[in-house]
Amino acid sequence: MDTTSPSFKENARKAIADPLVARSRGHIKAGFIAKRRKAADRLPEFEALRDAARDIKNHTLAHLDLYLERYEAQVLAAGGRVHWCPTAEHARQAVLEICRAAGARTVTKGKSMISEEIGLNDFLESQGIVPVETDLGEYIIQLRNEPPSHIIAPAVHLTRTEIEAAFRSHHDHLPAERPLSEPADFVNEAREILRQKFVDADVGITGANFLVAETGSSIIVTNEGNGDLTQCLPKVHIVIASLEKVVPTLDDVNVILRVLARSATGQECSTYTTFSTGPRRPGDADGPEQYHVILLDNGRSNMLGGEFQEALRCIRCGACMNHCPVYHAVGGHAYGWVYPGPIGAVLTPAFIGIEKAAHLPNASSFCGRCEAVCPMRIPLPKMMRHWREREFERHLTPRAARWGLGLWAFFARRPRLYHAATALAGPALRAMAGGRGRLRRLPLAGAWTDHRDFPAPEGRTFHQIWAERQKGRQP
Amino acid sequence: MNAPGSNRDEILAALRGRLHRQDGDGGAEAVATRIAKPARGPIPARGAGGHEARVALFVAMAEEVAARVVRVPSPEAVPEAVADYLKSENLPAEIRLAPDPGLTGLPWDSQPLMAVSEGPARPTDPVSLTGAFAGIAETGTLMLTSGAAGPTTLNFLPETHMAVLKASDITGCYEDAWDRLRVVQGAARDGGTLPRTVNLITGPSRTADIEQTIQLGAHGPRRLCILLVDDGEA
Ligand code: SF4
Repeated sequence: MDTTSPSFKENARKAIADPLVARSRGHIKAGFIAKRRKAADRLPEFEALRDAARDIKNHTLAHLDLYLERYEAQVLAAGGRVHWCPTAEHARQAVLEICRAAGARTVTKGKSMISEEIGLNDFLESQGIVPVETDLGEYIIQLRNEPPSHIIAPAVHLTRTEIEAAFRSHHDHLPAERPLSEPADFVNEAREILRQKFVDADVGITGANFLVAETGSSIIVTNEGNGDLTQCLPKVHIVIASLEKVVPTLDDVNVILRVLARSATGQECSTYTTFSTGPRRPGDADGPEQYHVILLDNGRSNMLGGEFQEALRCIRCGACMNHCPVYHAVGGHAYGWVYPGPIGAVLTPAFIGIEKAAHLPNASSFCGRCEAVCPMRIPLPKMMRHWREREFERHLTPRAARWGLGLWAFFARRPRLYHAATALAGPALRAMAGGRGRLRRLPLAGAWTDHRDFPAPEGRTFHQIWAERQKGRQP
Repeated sequence: MNAPGSNRDEILAALRGRLHRQDGDGGAEAVATRIAKPARGPIPARGAGGHEARVALFVAMAEEVAARVVRVPSPEAVPEAVADYLKSENLPAEIRLAPDPGLTGLPWDSQPLMAVSEGPARPTDPVSLTGAFAGIAETGTLMLTSGAAGPTTLNFLPETHMAVLKASDITGCYEDAWDRLRVVQGAARDGGTLPRTVNLITGPSRTADIEQTIQLGAHGPRRLCILLVDDGEA
């Protein structure tokens, strides 16, 4: 996918003034944050599961070569094929070859961030193959010809007004006077239109939340059932997955599944968790005749064994962006590439180069909430700091510091956001300062800390103390 | 573009280099052991009760996600329960059965007004009836497996999915259900493999893509009805 990450500041400035971004902020706060909290509180084992999930991925990454070999052997044993793809271009070509061999004209697609990463839809179209997104959110943004703004809720930035306009202009064979205002109207209309596409498609392409070395299975986790119709109806099923999706065993999958849905949508469990192993078997009543796995590297192997390795534990739940005040302020599109929010600020420089994405690791208010909610306990703020250090070494920080202060100004004008951010930032800053109580460099306030130390916050924030005093005065 | 073999070698060589992999470093043994003896993580205590508690938890969790649970005293009572459910929901008396002798052999003659057929789902089938390999109490989840007796399309294409689950097949946690499946299939480490598709299904299809409002029936079934056969403890 093309990037606008180099113009992050410009993107962000526009986004902050965009009423759509403000509205989606409301949806994210009312929805994801409260629901995640409730689901986590309801499961006493939640924190222990997070530790276990982190340990599983650490073990797997330390043996990634061996688990991938084992995984491949199991896929082959089940009659499937694995296509190893060092780059996005390799992956696009591999998909194209499979589609050509199947004589495909239409492919249905389940939701896949890797597909966005390799820019698959534009490529297939350029080759005369029609890709049809079937996840409702992805379908909507495909109609609008724009990228997703969130990794699990691609159309979270849109309201019914925009969706209605997209449906009316694209579904022009339907009566113009039909009602299209309630959520059910949209869901039913898309359901009817996509139903025929599922049946007609020659190839179905899905992503994978996990690959299992024990069994050679790929797993998709969804709520709509579109991924399942995508993969059980056509003759050919293509799975696009990246190297780090592999986990050792089914027992390991269970652990991570228990934290995935709760962290993502606050559900106890997603509606559909589907394990696919090879093509249909002799005697099977249905299912695809061919099963292909596109196994993509695209920069991941370079992250292994270095300071960004831990980001490879990410299971793309979206919790870090749901809880990020910067993401709330600027929305997903401002980040300018596939992955927004804190995880995007860490991955994008690794995948497209720090020179194009230098602003992203600065897009942090340093509140630490992303790490606090990440089910895989990825130290996102620390990694953003690593990027800033690299960027500093490369002298790529012309006005980043001023941008940081601009961001501070944004929060300062929004006292409630600022409170939420600073209540959490205090402890983080104290930890950074160690025992010294002073910070020599504070990435968001470079213009300040270039010339003086920033005092690490001690105890409660001013606002907290003020509020308590006020309370004490009430009769 | 490189030949496929060399892409594989290139990626694996890069991984080995980054990980400093060496023969005899114990990595291969660690991987073999983990797969031969899969280790369970923390198991939620909520599923640890006895049979009655497990069944009660399964029902409560399934109903919480908008599945309907109908208790049936015996498999023979399933056709009548199906007819009653379809009537109560104002649905057509027309059902597509999974070609599973445990389902096709039930007394469907007792329901002369119902149109009964069997096989994979066709786009026009309004209602399907399948078996279920297991129920998982922890989250009210069904485990279904594909095969000659289990077309996967029945779980997704029709607007209404009905599934017969024996109470004795309800486990407390996911791990117990997978262990049962490993036994039936022959564990992967013994040369067995999973069915082509294993579906974990928790409630009917839903989406929140329109302004974060939950809507049932996005692409998969709008309704999920679980016919729970009270066959006592396993
Ligand atoms: S970094 Fe953590 S919180 Fe963010 S998407 Fe990945 S797993 Fe979820």
